Amino acid sequence: MTLIVNGEPREVAAATLAAALEALDYGEAKVATALNGKFVPARLREATPVKDGDKIEILAPRQGG
Amino acid sequence: MIQDFNLTLYGVSLSSRLMLGTSQYPSPAILADAARASGAEIVTVSLRRESARLKEGQDFWRLIREIGARVLPNTAGCYSVKEAVTTAQMAREVFGTSWVKLEVIGEADTLQPDVFGLVEAARILAADGFELFPYTTEDLVVAERLIEAGCRVLMPWGAPIGSGKGLNNLFGLRALRAHFPDVPLIVDAGIGLPSQAAAAMELGYDGVLLNTAVAKAGDPVAMARAFGQAIEAGRAAFLAGPMQPRDMAAPSTPVVGRAVLT
Repeated sequence: MTLIVNGEPREVAAATLAAALEALDYGEAKVATALNGKFVPARLREATPVKDGDKIEILAPRQGG
Repeated sequence: MIQDFNLTLYGVSLSSRLMLGTSQYPSPAILADAARASGAEIVTVSLRRESARLKEGQDFWRLIREIGARVLPNTAGCYSVKEAVTTAQMAREVFGTSWVKLEVIGEADTLQPDVFGLVEAARILAADGFELFPYTTEDLVVAERLIEAGCRVLMPWGAPIGSGKGLNNLFGLRALRAHFPDVPLIVDAGIGLPSQAAAAMELGYDGVLLNTAVAKAGDPVAMARAFGQAIEAGRAAFLAGPMQPRDMAAPSTPVVGRAVLT
């Protein structure tokens, strides 16, 4: 199925947000996630299903003012 | 006379009154050296999209950990309440802090805050346990609303972000200071020179947050040090009680005992 990951369409075979992160090769990276504009805490990723067309934002620390 | 040289923000005591942004430095090493030279105990950070291939955020996070300062995550670039609230929630998890520099931007050319959205976002986030540092204007009524919403620190702008114009509205900043004598007030944005940062401190502001003035200096490390010194000097001057200006000259050398040589 196709997920929109950080604005880019990606083909991912995963049933949950946690599985999608694994499939996308984020591993143990320190990231925060949002699904369709809503924050999903790390502890809920395994219980959060994903479906075709879902938009996932994967954010990490960056320089800021 | 106030003797306390330390600043307390949400129960955290700080000996430095400079908060430094981490963006736009020539290199990560220069950022780290500038942060250390400034003496800042708080650095601002953001959240951006992470590429699984590059994992830039992971390297940046290691650098920030090495610098050792407390982080203040921002919601820079958010134009709506929803974006700002969601970004704050994501930042709390990633950075492990309830502190957020809350920005809800209203206008792209001036990057001035959408104060209506800011108050609404502050209300939502304060109720959710966040400790907020709202980037606001010097407007007194907005400041009142932010405090009612649960903010215990306010960060009025000096001038538009990145403009380096200093304190655009001295009257407004002075009025804000006088109106909220017990709320920590930090000038955030628009500072271009150490003298402008010192001027904010001389007005009785509790601290200054800046980024571009250091990052874009010819020698960011030397400029960071200069800002640290200027902010200390400005604070000391405020505590020392500046003289009142007057319109006419007043001789500083005694008039009595002046020789008559005509």
